[in-house]
Amino acid sequence: MSRLPWYMYRKEWYTSVPDGLQRPRLTQKSNSDDLLQREVSFNCPDLLRRNLTVAELGLSPVAGRAGPRRSQGTGSSPSDRGGFLHESQTPRAVGDTGGRRGGVRALKFVGEVVLEPCRGIAVEFLSLTDRGDDPEMFGPEDPNWKFGSEPTITVETSVPFTGHKIDPPSRSVETTPSELLSFFREMSLMRRMEIAADSLYKSKLIRGFCHLYDGQEAVAIGLETSITKKDAIITAYRDHCIYLARGGTLVEAFSELMGRRAGCSKGKGGSMHFYKKDSGFFGGHGIVGAQVPLGCGLAFAQKYLKEGTVTFSLYGDGAANQGQLFEALNISALWDLPAILVCENNHYGMGTAEWRAAKSPAYYKRGDYVPGLKVDGMDVLAVKQAAKFAKEYALKNGPMILEMDTYRYHGHSMSDPGSTYRTRDEISGVRQERDPIERVRKLIFSHELATASELKDIEKEVRKEVDDAIAEAKESPMPDPSELFTNVFVKGFGVEVSRNTCMSFGADRKEVKAILP
Amino acid sequence: MAASLQSAVFLSNRIDPHRRLFASPARSLPGTKGSILVVRSDGRISGRLSGRNLITNAVAVECCFTKADTPTSSTDSKPGHELLLFEALREGLEEEMDRDPRVCVMGEDVGHYGGSYKVTKGLAPKYGDLRVLDTPIAENSFTGMGIGAAMTGLRPVIEGMNMGFLLLAYNQISNNCGMLHYTSGGQFKIPVVIRGPGGVGRQLGAEHSQRLESYFQSIPGLQMVACSTPYNAKGLMKAAIRSDNPVVLFEHVLLYNLKERIPDEEYVLCLEEAEMVRPGEHVTILTYSRMRYHVMQAAKTLVNKGYDPEVIDIRSLKPFDLYTIGNSVKKTHRVLIVEECMRTGGIGSSLRAAIIDNFWDYLDAPIMCLSSQDVPTPYAGTLEEWTVVQPAQIVAAVEQLCQ
Repeated sequence: MSRLPWYMYRKEWYTSVPDGLQRPRLTQKSNSDDLLQREVSFNCPDLLRRNLTVAELGLSPVAGRAGPRRSQGTGSSPSDRGGFLHESQTPRAVGDTGGRRGGVRALKFVGEVVLEPCRGIAVEFLSLTDRGDDPEMFGPEDPNWKFGSEPTITVETSVPFTGHKIDPPSRSVETTPSELLSFFREMSLMRRMEIAADSLYKSKLIRGFCHLYDGQEAVAIGLETSITKKDAIITAYRDHCIYLARGGTLVEAFSELMGRRAGCSKGKGGSMHFYKKDSGFFGGHGIVGAQVPLGCGLAFAQKYLKEGTVTFSLYGDGAANQGQLFEALNISALWDLPAILVCENNHYGMGTAEWRAAKSPAYYKRGDYVPGLKVDGMDVLAVKQAAKFAKEYALKNGPMILEMDTYRYHGHSMSDPGSTYRTRDEISGVRQERDPIERVRKLIFSHELATASELKDIEKEVRKEVDDAIAEAKESPMPDPSELFTNVFVKGFGVEVSRNTCMSFGADRKEVKAILP
Repeated sequence: MAASLQSAVFLSNRIDPHRRLFASPARSLPGTKGSILVVRSDGRISGRLSGRNLITNAVAVECCFTKADTPTSSTDSKPGHELLLFEALREGLEEEMDRDPRVCVMGEDVGHYGGSYKVTKGLAPKYGDLRVLDTPIAENSFTGMGIGAAMTGLRPVIEGMNMGFLLLAYNQISNNCGMLHYTSGGQFKIPVVIRGPGGVGRQLGAEHSQRLESYFQSIPGLQMVACSTPYNAKGLMKAAIRSDNPVVLFEHVLLYNLKERIPDEEYVLCLEEAEMVRPGEHVTILTYSRMRYHVMQAAKTLVNKGYDPEVIDIRSLKPFDLYTIGNSVKKTHRVLIVEECMRTGGIGSSLRAAIIDNFWDYLDAPIMCLSSQDVPTPYAGTLEEWTVVQPAQIVAAVEQLCQ
């Protein structure tokens, strides 16, 4: 994820000055580790003699929550707080200043060891898409930002990578607590969104085709973590979650699904046509496999314009048998394009299992001369590592294939029950053993980053967010009838159509009529 | 063009900024040798160069589709320069590639080989391999790649070696090229130009003599133009490249060696406009591409017989320039459509429907439509001749119409 989760955006974390204390402001160039140590020395006179590290102080990074539940209580558990706390501290809420752009909820912690970051914390809650233009916001976009006081956690992926004509990257992936918590939150959001879409479809608010992504969230999140918004992603029709990961809002997604004006394609695209140009998400395509040549074309443009970015063209195991894929791969390899073809292998091409559709289901090897990597697509850290590796490779050497071994719990689409070609045991088996959200949950527990109740709170919040978004999307009106004729052509050469006179020339004519003077 | 501008001003009292591109020729684009010249479809010239005697409507009645009769000795005195149609296309392409670094060409054998019809000859050494791209024989994917590149802002010109091969790319052209602007709610525009020679050639066989105008015409979001002379080939090529919409430019295999004199100055033609080839009084003959020359040949005979046909080269196959066509119908009240497309579902049938819808009251006789037979083009020369419309048939049809 190139965004920090909400609890990391603490504007005043490093800048608010507690009563009567002089504090160095976090400057752009300082190493946050140093700052923490310095602040510790300021606040704890008896510790002035030496700098203590976070660990020595007996602190642990904890995920915070911003929620109205955090109330007027004393006696909330230490793990309710955000940041780094000493046990002696107890939280005290001083009020909720509400407002969007998240809400700014202020918490103050009083305690004997007044550890700076934990003192005047203003947690600024941001929605998934709202990065904000706040210049004081520290984030990964800021080149001098360091996570600093966050310890790195090294996790081994569950399954090693398998390479075809390439040395696979190492199994150890580095991550941070906030990243893991953000994974949890984002994946829960996606899961919830897809389940909500399921019920909306059953209540006939979403019509037509609806292809759900639950079970495969790790691929979307893992990819997003390793790349920037300038890199392009293009996928097929199972695009709701990738749209979210790329920066789309829930309201836009639900509005588009329900065909409303506020949708990302103004209601004219539907479930299979989500696009977000400004963050490099190129859709959203209905015809199986047709997006792969498009993706290679995007990579071509990136090379042509010397952007130093890559394109991830996602396709499924069903599309892997399309000829145009191999054609595009051939051209990409010939021209050394920075194209990464990602096969989201959920083992079923609609109703046909992969062994019945493909003579060689080792999709990562299908590139022949193009190197490939097989990745456990239910492990978000493995996907993260693979995406990072692939990006580095593609920028230097040309195309690469990633095969994500993943699974979808729903059927191919809402009209497919999903159980005629596979057993329910298989589905529940995968859900128990390989579910991406559960994996992250286990990781969080094993590193004691949050308690079960905190994670439950996050889930509840996520649920509320999705419900709110659905309510807002339902309010949005249907597109105006005149929208039928807009965006067919771009206004350009030729004469404009004047609506009242129904001139018939000009590409964007609304009616085939001519009126002669 | 003049008529349309006049009426637009008359009816809407508003100047569209896009129209101004044509209305003010004094503005010259950077890096061009001269200034832009606006040439109206009825042959009038506007702008400060109107004093010069430029040959705007160079396809005279005598011009046959096999060769031109212009004597070479008098070339120095006339303005403009003479070239063949494929050279005109190349000139247009080259000028646009000079003007905009985002224009690139992709197709089979366009680069080092120079193009199978020499349209892109000399461009690869000049612009390099990244801008003039030799693709493998994979129409579906390289058309898709061109469309993907266009989504990010490049302006690819995709060449099909023969239009018939683009059938392999039909999915990409229809679904992605034509529809992406709409399904993305206007986020992406696809400024591609898809071009290639089509039409019945000299005994090329059925699969290489296809006319795809009828297949592409109902794709929403796509614009189609057909060029017929070096003059309009260059102008339409430039307009198509500059247009932000996907444009399919239909060329014809047999017209590549047409010679004509075209202006030295840079000019761009309107994509949606039809060309008045020969004004007349008795009957309107609507045609495009190679059939224009058959019609002009027939017109010679008709003039000798005392008829005065008005010949319009519709050029824009989608959308139709109903304005020019309508004015012509209003004048002559009889319409004959001569096309090379198939009878069933071809351009002629759509045009006929459009004219009936709009100008029914002006018609004195049923619209006649002469099109190719609904058969795969045979190899044998005599049979092939009878697949397409011949001048004799056109003369007979006009005589029948004008009874």
